[in-house]
Amino acid sequence: MTGTRRPPRRLVLSWIALLALLGATVFIAYLPLGTANTVIAMTIAALKGTIVAAVFMELRERNPLTLTFAGAGFFWLGIMLWLVLTDYMTRPNFPPHLHWGS
Amino acid sequence: MPEARPARQFVDLRQQHDVARLGMWVFIATEVLFFGGLILAYCVYRSGYPAEFAEAARHTKIVIGTANTAILLTSSFLVAWAVEAARLRESRFAALLLWTAALLGVVFLSLKGAEYAMEYHERLLPGLDFSFASPQAHAVHLFFSFYIVATGLHAVHVAVGIAVLVAVGIRAHQRAYLEAYHSPITVAGLYWHFVDLVWIFLFALIYLPGRSG
Repeated sequence: MTGTRRPPRRLVLSWIALLALLGATVFIAYLPLGTANTVIAMTIAALKGTIVAAVFMELRERNPLTLTFAGAGFFWLGIMLWLVLTDYMTRPNFPPHLHWGS
Repeated sequence: MPEARPARQFVDLRQQHDVARLGMWVFIATEVLFFGGLILAYCVYRSGYPAEFAEAARHTKIVIGTANTAILLTSSFLVAWAVEAARLRESRFAALLLWTAALLGVVFLSLKGAEYAMEYHERLLPGLDFSFASPQAHAVHLFFSFYIVATGLHAVHVAVGIAVLVAVGIRAHQRAYLEAYHSPITVAGLYWHFVDLVWIFLFALIYLPGRSG
């Protein structure tokens, strides 16, 4: 194997970290932790996603313009989740007062 | 080789490369919202039926799901390595890595197909003879509706990704990409990593809930 055919260290370490996080998230899912199970599962998913985006998709080496474009999708997704969930989560507190046909 | 020179509208290959990559990120931003809408609907219904969604999630095949996650993560690693190899003028080696990643994609789809078959026999697939003996069957039906739509759309993305990786691999094997220009490999890689990224979140939402219950 020549030097140029060896995987870069950062890629190998990221790959090992991703597989370790996968093992951890499956193991923790079987522990009875109540709502913390969901929080931990989503946190680990976000961590894995960050590794993929930062290292594999090379976001950590990119200029601000690329970061802005990459962030834009998640920014608007955040707005969508935020507005829709505030609606659904608070609906029981604000029952509709309909006066149709009365 | 035509790729050695920039297209007419670009100053140099560097600029062309930057534009191609940025364009892929714009596409990925639209895909984030596309899958995001599905995940949002899932969140709304899961908050409405937490116990039923946990019960439904327990019926998903976690061994296949976990294996498939490891397979996609590994294929992503291989594609990232291929981009690096292309930069170092190892075109043929990059092609080999891209094809191996595509092969892992095929393994992923095969396992997914086996999973669908098992679920069909357990009558868990909505629209295909669904039946669940429980008063909460309607919420379980909702969970599996999300499951089939989300994983089905993801599988379509994997299939497209496999075709792209094979095609780019063939071009790399023909040494069509020089050190100064390997945008197609980078851009195809970005797409493949995004498909991996979506699966990471789908895995956490579909396979993990309700395991400790």
